[in-house]
Amino acid sequence: MSKITSLADLKKRREEIRKGMGTLNKATDPDNIVQVKVAMATCGIASGARTIMEFFLEQLERRNVAAAVTQTGCMGYCYAEPTIEVKLPGQDPVVFGFVDLKRADQIIEKYIKTGELVDGIIPVNYQTIDLKV
Amino acid sequence: MSKYSMHLLVCGGTSCHSSESDAIVCNLRDELEAKGLVDSVQVIMTGCFGFCEKGPIVKVMPDNTIYVHVKPEDAQSIVEEHVIKGRKVTRLLYKDPVSNEPVSDSKHMGFFKKQLRIVLRNCGFINPENIDEYIAREGYQALGKVLTEMTPEEVIKEVKDSGQRGRGGAGFSTGLKWELARKNQSDEKYVVCNADEGDPGAFMDRSVLEGDPHSVLEAMAICGYSIGASNGLIYIRAEYPLAIERLKIAIDQARENGLLGNNIFGTGFNFDIKLRFGAGAFVCGEETALIHSMEGLRGEPTVKPPFPAEAGYRNKPTNVNNVETFAAIPPIILKGAKWFSSIGTEKSKGTKVFALAGKINNVGLIEVPMGTTLREVIFEIGGGIRNGKKFKGIQTGGPSGGCLSDKHLDTPIDFDNLIAAGSIMGSGAMIVLDEDDCMVSMAKFFLEFTVEESCGKCAPCRIGNKRLHELLGQICEGKGSLADLDRLKNMSVVIKDTALCGLGQTSPNPVLSMMDNYYDEYVAHVTDKKCPAGQCKSLMEYVVNAENCVGCTACARVCPVNAISGERKEVHHIDPSICIKCGACMEKCKFDAIFIN
Repeated sequence: MSKITSLADLKKRREEIRKGMGTLNKATDPDNIVQVKVAMATCGIASGARTIMEFFLEQLERRNVAAAVTQTGCMGYCYAEPTIEVKLPGQDPVVFGFVDLKRADQIIEKYIKTGELVDGIIPVNYQTIDLKV
Repeated sequence: MSKYSMHLLVCGGTSCHSSESDAIVCNLRDELEAKGLVDSVQVIMTGCFGFCEKGPIVKVMPDNTIYVHVKPEDAQSIVEEHVIKGRKVTRLLYKDPVSNEPVSDSKHMGFFKKQLRIVLRNCGFINPENIDEYIAREGYQALGKVLTEMTPEEVIKEVKDSGQRGRGGAGFSTGLKWELARKNQSDEKYVVCNADEGDPGAFMDRSVLEGDPHSVLEAMAICGYSIGASNGLIYIRAEYPLAIERLKIAIDQARENGLLGNNIFGTGFNFDIKLRFGAGAFVCGEETALIHSMEGLRGEPTVKPPFPAEAGYRNKPTNVNNVETFAAIPPIILKGAKWFSSIGTEKSKGTKVFALAGKINNVGLIEVPMGTTLREVIFEIGGGIRNGKKFKGIQTGGPSGGCLSDKHLDTPIDFDNLIAAGSIMGSGAMIVLDEDDCMVSMAKFFLEFTVEESCGKCAPCRIGNKRLHELLGQICEGKGSLADLDRLKNMSVVIKDTALCGLGQTSPNPVLSMMDNYYDEYVAHVTDKKCPAGQCKSLMEYVVNAENCVGCTACARVCPVNAISGERKEVHHIDPSICIKCGACMEKCKFDAIFIN
């Protein structure tokens, strides 16, 4: 990895990443594939997030769904761990809570494959900031 | 790809659920069925929207319309008007309280989202083990801006003007702290990040470090540039292995990319960060104790002054800030002091992260603008009290804080208001208590923690807290008197006034605030020898109700100490002198014949 030696360098790198040059696992064009993020903070892992992440990694490949599965930090919904976020191409991301293996299977078969929602949706109840200047 | 062209999301949070969201789902489905739309419109129940006051809520996707106060009979209008004709049902839209205009879609009603995430901006979005994802979200831009466009004085001024106050608990001005560290001349200075999160029920710092470690690294480098330091240290408890692991990865990646190390951004500025591990002692969250612990000495506080800004780590000027304080710095630099200071209350700017725990439905990590009320936090974002119980109190600030009652529910949360109410902001742990919690036992619980965590250096904390704990224990056992309540109060005040450091000075806070707000409950323990919440075992008596008892002997067989006597098919009796109040008999009885007196 080349070092960033100036602010211009950093900006160039940022634009390259945004264009999707190897940002997500296996993803060459992140906007056109399914993105699954698994909340993997200590608490998420303690309630089984690692098993869920492995399930998605393995099953999405086995079921021929082009997807990028990554880990992320705490989403803040402790009461509903394990939680995952699924983003279908061109749609707003949806967060699912209480994801066990059964629900994970439903999410793949129903939501990811057909767009049908399944139980456990957690509505986004916060605003966040955009640092873009 | 989707077989459904529209989704109707009905809030199934506890609060909405109790106001008929089941019936709303049913009616919507029936309406859709009647109109032959079940194959193209899906109705689904979701988790809490965090807007319970306006519930039940129905959200229509993909146009993001939010309907509030929906009743089961409104299903028809929603289907006929919105789904079929594509016209919004105006009467069910949220009305802007100022203009009274209906607001049509959730993207324009940010205010319905009580939370604003500044510190948690990247948590749950980026992969914390991949620096690229941080960079893609403007990561290290603030450091770049500071190093290439601003003088250290300008940075400090910006942070000062933002009104940012230390999120570790004390609420000291961050900019002022940096300025003091800058003023003290030295060949070497240190930037320290306090990640010794010790409050029971607090997990804000861990979540930030596990979810967005680079934000802290970047802010520490900015601080280093501002005060003239080239060394950073993160003091983190060894109990946080995942946070440590992710910090190590983040530091390595930052070094590989030239964002830590020598000549950062080609400006000649050098800064590197190392980790220091703590053994998980509460007192080491106090900055002088923390510094001693890092130096390999006992984790004991020393009297200030000298402040760490003058003589800290290895006697060099040192600036200690908390994880959350640091994580807010990059946005302050990029978006400006004016933006940050526009959020919050007059004297407390920005947002605060809270760890919501206890008897609350939506246990979780939240971030709200300063000035949000406790009511909004507990009953909107938190979704209310679990199992429909009654709210009793909320302990803010961990064992150093106080317990606030329902009369404080509408208090806007900020540093000064919480102090005025008899508590503190602390690091942001919020433990919600319901009607089943006994306020004497709770005070005893928190005292137990401080007694164990006291370093023992000063007498008021070492001996005083121990005595407080003993007194509370006696009261719980029904051996207290009214004079003991005065003694509790006096001793608490003396400890507060005379203890050496923050730990001792704040440890009586739970006792004082609980005595203030729930004095009757304390009196009931000492005069009537009763625990109104039914928690203090010594004050309970298990009694057999002769009318209900059929003499089945189930209770006598389950009793571990043979305290229950009685012939078959005759009324049984519990001997209070033998009974250990385990409650096994009450659980076993099928006839509700055993009750607590």
